Amino acid sequence: MTGDSYNFAYLDEQTKRMIRRAILKGLAVPGYQVPFASREMPMPYGWGTGGVQVSAAVLTPEDRFKVIDQGADDTTNAVSIRSFFQRTAGVETTTATEEATVIQTRHRIPEAPLGEGQILVYQVPIPEPLRFLEPRESETRKMHSLEEYGLMHVKLYEDISRHGHIATSYAYPVKVEARYVMDPSPIPKFDNPKLNDCPAIQLFGAGREQRIYALPPYTRVTSLDFEDHPFEATKADHPCGLCGAGDSYLDEVIVDDAGGRMFVCSDTDYCESRQRQSHRGKDAA
Amino acid sequence: MQTQTLEGGFTAPAEQAAHAFRSVMEAMARPGTIHDIAGAEPPAPLSRAAGAVLLTLCDTDTPLYLAGALDCEAVRAWVSFHTGAPLTGPQSCMFALGNWDALAPLDAYPVGTSEYPDRSATLIVETPELAAEGVTLKGPGIKDSAALSLPETAAFQANAALFPLGLDFIFTSGARIAALPRSTEVL
Ligand SMILES: [Zn+2]
Repeated sequence: MTGDSYNFAYLDEQTKRMIRRAILKGLAVPGYQVPFASREMPMPYGWGTGGVQVSAAVLTPEDRFKVIDQGADDTTNAVSIRSFFQRTAGVETTTATEEATVIQTRHRIPEAPLGEGQILVYQVPIPEPLRFLEPRESETRKMHSLEEYGLMHVKLYEDISRHGHIATSYAYPVKVEARYVMDPSPIPKFDNPKLNDCPAIQLFGAGREQRIYALPPYTRVTSLDFEDHPFEATKADHPCGLCGAGDSYLDEVIVDDAGGRMFVCSDTDYCESRQRQSHRGKDAA
Repeated sequence: MQTQTLEGGFTAPAEQAAHAFRSVMEAMARPGTIHDIAGAEPPAPLSRAAGAVLLTLCDTDTPLYLAGALDCEAVRAWVSFHTGAPLTGPQSCMFALGNWDALAPLDAYPVGTSEYPDRSATLIVETPELAAEGVTLKGPGIKDSAALSLPETAAFQANAALFPLGLDFIFTSGARIAALPRSTEVL
């Protein structure tokens, strides 16, 4: 019998089947937003209910689950989603990127390279990259179907004429396999190159907007740009104050009452594992 | 009702469906790779792999077309009892199940629309054997190239040419599966 009395990973089996079918269609048409019937979850929308539903549909009891919120494992959001699946799916949890089999993320891609045995689940607030150009869903759907992405380029180019460079620094739009323009969720554009040719499966869930989309491993993902203004994956021009890393995305944090500041890795697991390997930055105690 | 109709479903549905789905997802995400899939013991002539795929993905919301020899009383009864999927013809199905020859012609199935390419059928193809050899595959999910023993080449090339429309295929053999989404280039 189909077991609707079971509550493994919180969602009922029929809902998981519906989400699983959407994930498979998303993988078959990379970058295309598959509609799905989002369910109420026992947490507010801003907490990533789309990502939570995708995680619920893919987790098995043998998984090791990691959750990051802007790179950190220890925010209220990350902790509560982690403990939610620990309780409802019986999964082991971890903060180590390399040990995790499923990673749910809000607004970052981990610094440590992902591998073939891993699934990265993004929490997506606004899945439609054309939404701010065209509010009507019927129109954006038509634009995607006709590959009518000229307006998107115009918007980016207006940035260049106004600021001298493309000012968009988060949720920087990408093109998938030279076909669909996709919103990579509000990751910093520093992370965009990690979307491309990634060995892991990348799944995107938008709860309020009821969309799922996907990038199979080794998918070609390019950031939109122009010949005279090529895409740049920028970050703050400093090394990490704690671990000295020069290749990681940094947050600027206030460290004392006198307004002292330092730059530290946004990926806390990356920073801590480097510190464990005795890497030290200039602000390390 | 035959006892074999009542038996052979998942005994621990949530966990077994979760494992089976991961096999299907890995197969679809990495075209050409072959995965074990377990948990179902359906009546002949249905393979255990096809049984597990049906239990994992099909329910009352997914019209199913049974083609050829699989459109028999034992399979119809088992599928209806365990999934509730309404049986239908190729034009209106979300899933189709059969041997390759019985599933033809492919132009009978929905391939989605330009605005909703996801509204397309997934064909579950019962195959005598599956091997990572034969036709060369390229595209999303594949590092350089992969190989898979497909029943033929031309039909899959024609299907890939429809992208982003098209059919997606899950090949089942014994207790193993592989998959070929429409995004895969078949050389
Ligand atoms: Zn650091």
